Amino acid sequence: MSSHPGGRRVAIVAGVRTPFAKAGTVLRSVSAIDLGKRAVSELLQRAELDPGLVEMLVFGAVLQDVTAPNIAREISLMPLLPRGVQAYTVGRACASSNQAITDAADQIILGHAEVAVAGGAESLSNVPVLHSAGMSDALVAASRAKNARQRMSALATIRPKDLVPITPAIAEPTTGETMGESAEKMAKLNGILREEQDQFALRSHRLASAGTADGRLAEEIAPVWTGADLQTVVTADNGIRESTNIEQLSALKPVFDRKYGSVTAGNSSPLTDGASAVLLMSEERARTLGYTPMGFIRSYAYAALDPGEQLLQAPVLAAPVALKRAGLRLEDMDLVEMHEAFAAQVLSNLKGFESREWARRAGFDSPVGEVDRARLNVMGGSIAIGHPFGATGARITTTLLNELRRRDGRFGLMTVCAAGGMGFAMVVETE
Amino acid sequence: MSDVHGNTFHGRERMSHFTSTLSDGVAVLALNVAGESVNVLSREVREEFAALIDSLSANEAVQAVILTSSKPDVFIAGADIDELRSVRTAQQAESLSREGQKLLDRVQEARFPIIAAIHGACLGGGLETALACSYRIASDHPKTTLGLPEIQLGLIPGAGGTQRLPRLIGLRAALDMILTGKPLRAKRALSLGVVDEVVHPSILQRIARERAMEFVNGTRSRKDGRPRDAARVLLDDNPVGRSVVLRKAREAAKKRSGGHYPAPDAAMDAIARGYADGPVRGAQEEARLFGELAVSPVARELMFLFRATTALKKDTGVDSNVQPAAPLRSLGVIGAGFMGAGIATIAVQHGVPVRMKDTTHQAVGKGMAAVRTVLRDRVRRRRMTRREMDDAMSLLSGTTQLHGFGRADIVVEAVFENLELKQQVLHETEGGMRSGAVYASNTSTIPISEIAVAARRPENVCGMHFFSPVHRMPLLEIVRGTMTSDETVVMAVAAGKLLGKSVIVVNDGPGFYTTRTLAAFLNEAGQLLDSSVQIEDLDAAMVAFGFPVGPVTLLDEVGLDVAGKVTEVLREAFGSRIRASDTLRSVLADGRTGRKGKKGFYKYDEEGERKGVDSSVYDLFPQAEQVDLPAEEIQERMVLALVNEAVRCLEGGILRSARDGDVGAVFGFGFPPFLGGPFRWTDSQGLTNVVRRMEALQDRFGERFSPAELLVTMAARGERFHPDDA
Repeated sequence: MSSHPGGRRVAIVAGVRTPFAKAGTVLRSVSAIDLGKRAVSELLQRAELDPGLVEMLVFGAVLQDVTAPNIAREISLMPLLPRGVQAYTVGRACASSNQAITDAADQIILGHAEVAVAGGAESLSNVPVLHSAGMSDALVAASRAKNARQRMSALATIRPKDLVPITPAIAEPTTGETMGESAEKMAKLNGILREEQDQFALRSHRLASAGTADGRLAEEIAPVWTGADLQTVVTADNGIRESTNIEQLSALKPVFDRKYGSVTAGNSSPLTDGASAVLLMSEERARTLGYTPMGFIRSYAYAALDPGEQLLQAPVLAAPVALKRAGLRLEDMDLVEMHEAFAAQVLSNLKGFESREWARRAGFDSPVGEVDRARLNVMGGSIAIGHPFGATGARITTTLLNELRRRDGRFGLMTVCAAGGMGFAMVVETE
Repeated sequence: MSDVHGNTFHGRERMSHFTSTLSDGVAVLALNVAGESVNVLSREVREEFAALIDSLSANEAVQAVILTSSKPDVFIAGADIDELRSVRTAQQAESLSREGQKLLDRVQEARFPIIAAIHGACLGGGLETALACSYRIASDHPKTTLGLPEIQLGLIPGAGGTQRLPRLIGLRAALDMILTGKPLRAKRALSLGVVDEVVHPSILQRIARERAMEFVNGTRSRKDGRPRDAARVLLDDNPVGRSVVLRKAREAAKKRSGGHYPAPDAAMDAIARGYADGPVRGAQEEARLFGELAVSPVARELMFLFRATTALKKDTGVDSNVQPAAPLRSLGVIGAGFMGAGIATIAVQHGVPVRMKDTTHQAVGKGMAAVRTVLRDRVRRRRMTRREMDDAMSLLSGTTQLHGFGRADIVVEAVFENLELKQQVLHETEGGMRSGAVYASNTSTIPISEIAVAARRPENVCGMHFFSPVHRMPLLEIVRGTMTSDETVVMAVAAGKLLGKSVIVVNDGPGFYTTRTLAAFLNEAGQLLDSSVQIEDLDAAMVAFGFPVGPVTLLDEVGLDVAGKVTEVLREAFGSRIRASDTLRSVLADGRTGRKGKKGFYKYDEEGERKGVDSSVYDLFPQAEQVDLPAEEIQERMVLALVNEAVRCLEGGILRSARDGDVGAVFGFGFPPFLGGPFRWTDSQGLTNVVRRMEALQDRFGERFSPAELLVTMAARGERFHPDDA
């Protein structure tokens, strides 16, 4: 197979995630590390794999805990895994767990590893809160002081304004534009109406609640026991609104442009806590161990554009490359999973797929094409399910492969947009 | 050993147990007892040690000595228990103690300072040896433990420990160590002053040498002491404070021992004598008391139990030489109730990943919470760190489905005690397990072979009868069904040992060994209640006999419904010998289940706290009139009922040995340890005597006291259950 360098194909053997819960709700007392451990532990248990066979663990994370900067290593040090599992953390904004998966896959293709765990974890209930620069300077000076007087005079430089803590904003450092403002801009540039966005959000909730009710989503979820007596069992995502309707959605006020805007809390993905993980192996190892893989990675691609332009449009540049590397076309895809940061972004990406202009920018003569809506995000997406930044990519990977198998499909495409004007696309296959 | 005497030390000398290396005036004595996995102070070792001190003293080149061990993770584990058990008279034991004292006096008074470099277990005579040294350095390692556990064998430290330790660390701390026998970790030993220094194991030898050199060049003196705090000056360092401390300690010890264990008082006598008349007299008293204790029945039974449990550690559980295929790497638990959670607790505590299944997520969560409660308690008592607890909890995963059981080496089923349910769970679970894995049912009564009927691989099925609460009860009774393979038994036995249990293997039958024997005991309690013996009298009589709780209390704890069910199963099997007590039946019919229902023979308040006998329960008794029975008669009936059933278990091949029966009774249901177990007790009473007493009861109460055939036969032949061990 020409699309698999070195003749090695990477199998995805299992995928598990925690429930995704809106930040500040049921999972708020669980750290990102513990969420990650929960996902990985359940992954290994369900796969019934000898943990001694795991060689590496790669995890994605966006807002990291400064006291444990390599979350992957913390997770790999849980006693279920041998201490010799090397582990590192990757950051590619909302595509971080995709990066984790492709990193692990590359290592397998290179023959550097046979069995790897990849995933991501995020607790937006536990974002690091930072001191101001003035406060930091004073504290550092005080810690270097040689005596009490020096310490006092260092601390005396603290001004009232220094006491205001800094919480990380989801904004682009280069442009100062927040994610929502970018989505708002994309809606305007691509002519995406409010009504279309709300309809798309509604669709996401309806499909996700159907997927939950019939157990398809529940199947990929590792329950989390929490609360003082562990009697709070979180088994499902809590952002999915079964009963929402278009009236409710259209009644919401735009958040980022109060006057002319169309992006609302209802048609955006919420801040979310959660973790996800997949088990990767070389195809050969998977077969030797007697596994029937969920599927295989056929190709992938990353792309980027000027974040000041259309921050979340790069999947449009990545998808045609991934398809080309797979030697396939959009029509070959039985399912398409597109990360839903904002309805405005999904609809802009879909428009971009149909655009000759965007095709040209990606270096192709003809556009990717029109995505059949019946094959798109068939169990909803991040708007309903939620979006723990570092964990979404692995969730989509698991969902796509599970559903492809259920439908007896062969190929699937997934795309994820990411901050910094980056995009990711991957083609998977089930045989 | 001729090469030891009068030789000059050039480099290394090899003896049988010690290695001695001399350089720069410092001789390093490393103990490595030949042919043993641990260092014990056997006669041979003591003689060699004494000879070495002589020859080192005669060697002018030697200016300091380091005493250490070259066994991994053991310094000196203590005295030679077998040597002690072979002693016949108090005089022999006393002179053994005197010898040890003299040897350690020579260590203390040697021409050169001796520095103990301690890594690993430093217990009993090992610690006493270290205490006689001029300086003690311990390694900062979890395997390094220091203690005087003699009290747990019914003894006292017999080589000067009762004299040196109080002088070193003060009376209160010394009493705590000597009376509980609990070993200390190195850090705690340092803070109490038992050792002078704690260092990383990798620099232990180097620092020992540095300290030795300091003694040699005069920068350190053998008289250097440690500063004392105010409490120590007030309580430990003056006679008035000490008498208060000792009085309190004697009161507490009396309460704990129930008058059955003489050793704590003896230890305090020896200590008190040392303070009153000086260490020489104190040591004489120590040796005298040690001699008395060593041949006392209590110590002999406790030493028997020590040896029996040690022997069980080496027993694979089968007579063939089949070895376990693999250590326990992964455990499945079906049923997250009290027992299931308890089993999960000890597994994760020992680093074994657990998959726990129940029918609802709530039930699983409850089980997980129960595990966490036990671990939190350990953290609170500083037995484990917060991080270790988090790690242990992360090994526990829960599910309501069958996935995740395919890797388990053993799956333990701990569901409700019901044959059909157990068969159904076995049938379902087996499909999710790998073919070599063991399926164990945690049943206390139902014969394993009946459960295994549902199995595709019945040879892989056995019983693992844990006791409640699992994390505290030291026994595991493994039940071998008619189809169970040796491979299955050895795997289950090895797993039980890994989880820290004393494991006995018994053959299949209703109630196996422990439940059946206990049932006979409780059955007799029911008969006594039927004849209107008072609840308090019955419980008090058996506590006075040495049981931790009385039988009626036990019924309430176990649950009256459970006890009723067990009785039913056993009555079907054994007929009239076991019959449901009318009292128990009507109390149960009254809706009383015991502690769990907060209503039983005893009263309980809202929090479940027990509030004395519920006098209204007497209305449910068959006879209104209450009778007073002497405690001796109650004890006689209860104990003989128990013993008779235990012997029947041996006779019928349920038990593999009398040893297992003794260990099972003591650690499974609290048979008084100082009596050694039902078989040891019978030996001590004399079999003929026991048969006669049973026959007397048989005349009065009928067939259930008809002595077991084996007992009659053995009595007639003049045999004992433990022939080598008079």
